[in-house]
Amino acid sequence: MNIIEVEELSKSFKQLVAVDKVSFQVKEGEIFGFLGPNGAGKTTTINMLCTLLKPSSGRAMVNGYNIEKQRADVRNSIGLVFQDPTLDEYLTAEQNLKFHAYAYKIPASEREKQIGGLLDLVELADRRKSKVSTFSGGMKRRLELARGLLHSPRVLFLDEPTQGLDPQNRRHIWDHIHQLRKQNKLTIFLTTHYMDEAENCDRITVIDHGKIIALDTPDNLKDSMGGDVVTLKAEDNEAVIKELEEKYNISPVIERDAIVFSVTQGDKFLVKLMRGMKNNLVSIGIRRPTLDDVFLKLTGRAIRDEEVSFKDQMRNMPQMRRH
Amino acid sequence: MTDVFRGIWVVAYRELLRFIQERSRLFSSFAMPLIFLVVFGAGFGQLIGSMTPGVDYIQFMYPGILAMTVLMGSIMSGVSIVWDREFGFLKEILVSPLGRSGIMLGKAAGGAIVAVLQACIMLILAPILGVSIDILMILELVLVIIVVSMSLAGMGLLLASRMQSQQGFQLTMQVLIMPLIFLAGVFYPVNNVPVWMEVISKANPLAYGVDAIRQIFLGSEGAATIGVTVFGHTMTVLEDVLIVAAFGIVFISLAIWSFSRQN
Repeated sequence: MNIIEVEELSKSFKQLVAVDKVSFQVKEGEIFGFLGPNGAGKTTTINMLCTLLKPSSGRAMVNGYNIEKQRADVRNSIGLVFQDPTLDEYLTAEQNLKFHAYAYKIPASEREKQIGGLLDLVELADRRKSKVSTFSGGMKRRLELARGLLHSPRVLFLDEPTQGLDPQNRRHIWDHIHQLRKQNKLTIFLTTHYMDEAENCDRITVIDHGKIIALDTPDNLKDSMGGDVVTLKAEDNEAVIKELEEKYNISPVIERDAIVFSVTQGDKFLVKLMRGMKNNLVSIGIRRPTLDDVFLKLTGRAIRDEEVSFKDQMRNMPQMRRH
Repeated sequence: MTDVFRGIWVVAYRELLRFIQERSRLFSSFAMPLIFLVVFGAGFGQLIGSMTPGVDYIQFMYPGILAMTVLMGSIMSGVSIVWDREFGFLKEILVSPLGRSGIMLGKAAGGAIVAVLQACIMLILAPILGVSIDILMILELVLVIIVVSMSLAGMGLLLASRMQSQQGFQLTMQVLIMPLIFLAGVFYPVNNVPVWMEVISKANPLAYGVDAIRQIFLGSEGAATIGVTVFGHTMTVLEDVLIVAAFGIVFISLAIWSFSRQN
């Protein structure tokens, strides 16, 4: 059964087309990842699916409800953890959860049990009565995760769930997500620009400039690369690229000052290459492909956060001003 | 419909929690009017003595300051949705199944509860300052304050609905809200002022809120001398309240419309 069905969904802001005729289905119980650089249209898609934005055109169903016509039903079916914190910092963890319970009409008999259980799950039971303003970034995110699950949603949307968290906290969050999925038949829809995070997904959609450019399991995506990834560093990169193109009909890309290309049976290829190479090489590397390579091949550039830093600074400013 | 009511009480409940937990806000809601009363009361009181027959300045000022507290508090409650937006909590509210109208009315109701609490703190001062009050007056006041503060919280919401940042809030505060409060007749009656000021004051919904609260304190004799007159007619408390309520309905409806249109 498909819990999310999206057909030709588009969103434009004035002249900018943020999401361009996107179509896909998400099966019940799967972890579905939206992978792409910042500004690719991931958050815009999530905002449309969770009824925060009206699509410019197209159609989408979540849990069998139309996102434009049955908004209240959609809202009741989904839980959300956003990129930026959405907690009331002046209230305690418990008060934040209670507010959510009231807003989603969770019966009083279940409220206490749910709140207690979820606080245990995200290991915040001892901070129940503390104000959220005293929490670290990782604790806030865990509390949001608990809140997003409080009303037992069918789909949990996670928009960059581990953005800005250290590796330890990131692993922590992922442990919770996997645990949750085992316990309930929860479907998880997440966006990320971390490749290692995308490895956790059952299926991945690669999105760039508002368009879907690939959709498959992580393994299939990697297999589609056609072999091993070879990384070369040379004294003269341009000359080596030219030589590779002429001799082996390979068209490499430059990434971090290195020449990168994929080739079947990389180990044997390297021996051949070494024998006939005219130019001087500085280093050679060979490895199995990663999702990074998939992205690089599909878009011609690496998925990285050059532009993020400024936006992140802006995002952190309100917090800084308050302390 | 039940979603609307749930929205109202959930959102209002949070406003109340926030008010109680923010000590600084509790304190300032008490300290600011007190400073105004002492400074203006003592300063102008000496100068002016009794401004109109039978009404000395403190008797005139006290209800004005009380009204000012209510106006400021309720407009701020409405505008506080800008903070909710900036700190993200608005998103949590907007993706919940609570409808937009429930959320807006809840914000306004929360503003009203907070305003009544602030007014009650102020009322404790009344006997100390020699302003006479009785139970009937307090009941009347509470009803009037609920209407006035819900309406003005609606005004705050409407102003905030298009505001994306705190900078916009500062600007609105300085160029719009402070002048509106000063032109509402808090410190002097709006009848005997230059014509341009009188026109602005009488088009200002805040003036009727101030007038209603003041008339409850001064009674009908006081109203006869300093009550707001429109085209020669002296407004009664009920008429004042109806005008404010009419403004409030327009403000809140526009605020709901404005917030719904955005997504």
